[in-house]
Amino acid sequence: MRSVIQVSGVRKTYGPTVAVDEVSFEVNNGEIFGLIGPNGAGKTTTMECIEGLRTPDCGSISVLGLDPFREVYELQDRIGVQLQQAQLQKRIKVWEAVDLWASLYGKKATDAEHLLGQLGLTDKRNAWFMNLSGGQKQRLFIALALINDPEVVFLDELTTGLDPQARRAIWDLVRGIRERGKTVFLTTHLMEEAERLCDRVAIIEHGRIIEIDSPEKLVARHCPERTVVLSTSDPSAEELFRAIQGVEHVTRSDSRFTVRGRGDDLVTEVIHCLSENRIRVTDFRTILPNLEDVFLKLTGHSIRE
Amino acid sequence: MTLRGLWKLTWIEIKIFLREPLGAFGSIGVPVLVFLVTGRLIGRGLPPSALATSSFIRVGLPVLASVLITISAVLSLVTIVSIYREGGILKRLRATPLRPQTILTAHVLVKLILTAATLALMVLAGKRYYPIGVRVPFFSFTLALLISTWSILSIGFLIASIVPTARFAQPIGAVILYPMIGISGLFLPVDSLPPAMHAVARALPLTYAVSLLQGIWNGDPWSAHLGDVAALVVVFVICTALSAKVFRWE
Repeated sequence: MRSVIQVSGVRKTYGPTVAVDEVSFEVNNGEIFGLIGPNGAGKTTTMECIEGLRTPDCGSISVLGLDPFREVYELQDRIGVQLQQAQLQKRIKVWEAVDLWASLYGKKATDAEHLLGQLGLTDKRNAWFMNLSGGQKQRLFIALALINDPEVVFLDELTTGLDPQARRAIWDLVRGIRERGKTVFLTTHLMEEAERLCDRVAIIEHGRIIEIDSPEKLVARHCPERTVVLSTSDPSAEELFRAIQGVEHVTRSDSRFTVRGRGDDLVTEVIHCLSENRIRVTDFRTILPNLEDVFLKLTGHSIRE
Repeated sequence: MTLRGLWKLTWIEIKIFLREPLGAFGSIGVPVLVFLVTGRLIGRGLPPSALATSSFIRVGLPVLASVLITISAVLSLVTIVSIYREGGILKRLRATPLRPQTILTAHVLVKLILTAATLALMVLAGKRYYPIGVRVPFFSFTLALLISTWSILSIGFLIASIVPTARFAQPIGAVILYPMIGISGLFLPVDSLPPAMHAVARALPLTYAVSLLQGIWNGDPWSAHLGDVAALVVVFVICTALSAKVFRWE
């Protein structure tokens, strides 16, 4: 798999503050790559160095074989960018923004009207930017990021501030970008977003990357624990649960049991035990660890703190 | 330097400006209206001979009007640049193949076009109400005004480069630019000012702009004002170089 972005040993400081420190990673062609971490971890700084908007103090970056610092205009021509908390002129109309953007790129731009239609903005084409909803603004910014049919698309905190419904719609759009063979580089502090969208993620904290892999592999590596919560009034249940292979803890409050252990087989083993002993349960659910747990495990604190 | 997108951006910015409440009316309508109303009042109160001999009405007023319109255009530019910076609009425009100089040139062009429109309307209105009766070297005056405007605009850009927030942009710009008018030679000849004030006036760029504009309006040859032009060019070069160094996009 060809890599389209190579970042090596990048460091960026603002006065005494080290925003990004010794950051290195590669992004492969055609994948959705997520840089995830809490606010202030250095996600945006890293992304803006790659986009050529900031100059790193040291280290090297290559995007599509170009140097983002020395060849920034060649690079801008081939990538699409959505910035965190960006605005447009209050009274610019949707079609004017798309038309302006389309005129800026060397190659023939994609069909702007078709793009607006895909993003559900056709009936807003004469609306002023200031009168769009948060979701509509983000969709317009996605349209602007895609107008030049870019090879790599950068999306910075794309769904922050959107309601769950708008967020889901945007996730579908991002998957659609990948399906057209583009590479997507995104940042997010929402673990659910990273888990649902990204092929691979890099976890960044205090300006340093602490792990890179696919969400599934990260969970398997760092959080092998599995938990089953069930309710039963069977008096012999507790002893039977403790005997299951891989089980480490069983706690009970009234008729509710929490069975903890590790290994992918744990859930199967619990079900097997229930059916073999004909234990009658009134409730059964599993709790699987996710990226949020991985983050907690690796950093010792929750991402929301 | 490629200027791809310049005309489209300029045209869009003009449309956006005209869509703003009070945008067109405040910057073009009000000056012309004030001009017409004062013209009416003065025209009624004074005999035509007094109008022709009053040097303030013959030379001072047109130059004052030009300078005021220029300064208000510059202040509006300062405000727009800081609002665009604060809102992340400048940064968003920069994350495209647009060259930074294209973005800034478009804004300067918008102001020049609107200033020209205002002045043209005033000249038309003035023909009716101010029987000035002097032959004004229109082309030369336009050129002189253009040189002065570039120079004042470069000061505006320097201000826009350093003001921290959009809220302060307009007042800071006004505090810097308007007092310059007082001792620029528009109301009193610079030579008649007390020595200390005289020195200050000589250090202010507006003094040279006023001297150039008044002279050209009066029919002086350009050779009499090479010093003024040189001073304005120096101001332009220094301010542009400084703002290129300290300008912040976000």
